[in-house]
Amino acid sequence: MENYKMLNNVAVSENGFLFLPGTGESFTLNEIGRMILEYLKEGNSSNEIIEKIAGEYDVDETVAERDFNDFINQLKNFRIVDAI
Amino acid sequence: MSKKYYERPVIIKQHSGMMNKFGSSPSLPPITEVEGIPVKELTEKYGSPLFTFSERKIRDNQRKMLRIFKTRYPKVQFAWSYKTNYLGAICSVFHQEGSWAEVVSEFEYDKAKGLGVDGQHIIFNGPDKTEEALEKAVKDKAKIHIDHFDELYSLMEITERLNLKADVAIRVNMDTGIYPKWDRFGFNYENGEAAQALKRIAMNDNLNLIGLHTHIGTYIMSAEPYRQAVIVLVELANMLSKQYDIALDYIDVGGGLPSNNTLKGQYLDAEQILPTYEQYADAITAPLFDLNLKPDELPTLILESGRALIDDAGYLLSTVIGNKRLSNGKRTIIIDAGVNYLFTSHWFNHKIAPAQHSGSFTENSAVYGPLCMNIDVLREDIVLPTMRKGDQVVILYVGAYSVTQWMQFITLRPNVVMIMEDGSVEVIRESEKLENITSSEKVPEKLNSFSLK
Repeated sequence: MENYKMLNNVAVSENGFLFLPGTGESFTLNEIGRMILEYLKEGNSSNEIIEKIAGEYDVDETVAERDFNDFINQLKNFRIVDAI
Repeated sequence: MSKKYYERPVIIKQHSGMMNKFGSSPSLPPITEVEGIPVKELTEKYGSPLFTFSERKIRDNQRKMLRIFKTRYPKVQFAWSYKTNYLGAICSVFHQEGSWAEVVSEFEYDKAKGLGVDGQHIIFNGPDKTEEALEKAVKDKAKIHIDHFDELYSLMEITERLNLKADVAIRVNMDTGIYPKWDRFGFNYENGEAAQALKRIAMNDNLNLIGLHTHIGTYIMSAEPYRQAVIVLVELANMLSKQYDIALDYIDVGGGLPSNNTLKGQYLDAEQILPTYEQYADAITAPLFDLNLKPDELPTLILESGRALIDDAGYLLSTVIGNKRLSNGKRTIIIDAGVNYLFTSHWFNHKIAPAQHSGSFTENSAVYGPLCMNIDVLREDIVLPTMRKGDQVVILYVGAYSVTQWMQFITLRPNVVMIMEDGSVEVIRESEKLENITSSEKVPEKLNSFSLK
């Protein structure tokens, strides 16, 4: 599974507000969305992130993986993350 | 230790610039049960999708509407519009509440009779009444509402041949100021056709003119057109009394009252912009007092409301098949109920509520049905919380024109249940089986066998 890193110029606040200083675009994230970005920042691999989510939340790994991939695709479109 | 509630990860782009002056429409709060029964329990037992009707709601609607009109005019009679929803159980609830049957075809006529409605309590409307149907209606003493001159001549011929009298009314159309003008049904008032037809009937010994009928349109969003229509009918009734000494038994104002469904292209919710039923009743009843009649000679006011009485008593329960993103990133939800079950979604933005509690994050989504057809769109844009496969939704206000206009297409039609007043659940139409479809098909003998390689 491909791994991702957050691009340098992304600012994320503790309550899920995301700002791209380069373009002035802003976004809001829900709790899990914010956690995923946090884990990416810490340098976790995609598999590690999915495991962590399935461990902490009431969801099985298949669903967590599917949702993770959908979320990452959006982040890529918004130029927030990039594949390593 | 129990795990935390999971909500799928979401990121939503914030847009700056012009505000939407109407605000973003919030997602409806979850509807987890219908009439006290959990949605999950209903679909587990009777399958998904599932049409669910509430007996209590139907009776409440009918009683409330009757009260609204009866407090304004002494003699009121409702006739249930069969085409709006002719499932036997639904019609029977209305008949138990005292409504007559209003039918527009021989099929509906036979259906009403099959349910035990006698001819005198059937109003026979519509442009398509076959000779056989008319004969039946004459013999049964049904109230025949004549739509056009050819029908009038047929009726003259039939009554003469059978040597029977028929109870008739004519349908009148007129300019009530609404667009589009509904002038394809009945006899026009402005061009004198209505007066001409009335004269022909008055002069015929076999035709007993007992009423006047109009039906000005459907989903009429203002009360004023009804006032205009009743003014015309009152004028005609006064003319009949003066010129032919005919006292009418009734004036039938038809239906067309809207429900709380919001039309496509309408900015505000129907609930916010439509007049109240009391306002409609005021407009309909006020001109009736201009009849040149003594109070005990006043005709009965007949109403053929359909949609307004049944729409909010019907719910369509459906299950999420999957989530998807379009090429532009927009979220779509695929559910197991399509436009083949919900013809009305072509002109209404049906309200869709989640059937379970989910996270607080909402996203603008499109809701698609399960058909492999591009037209199968239930909502182009609706704000909904995140949904997982297997989650459920409740589609609201689907009681009218759903289970009559639906079609068997690609999939089979589901169960229809009614939640009874005592909380029990009854299947009022069983889901279709493959045999129901294939049993009426015939394959020519030479096509009976083939071999595929």
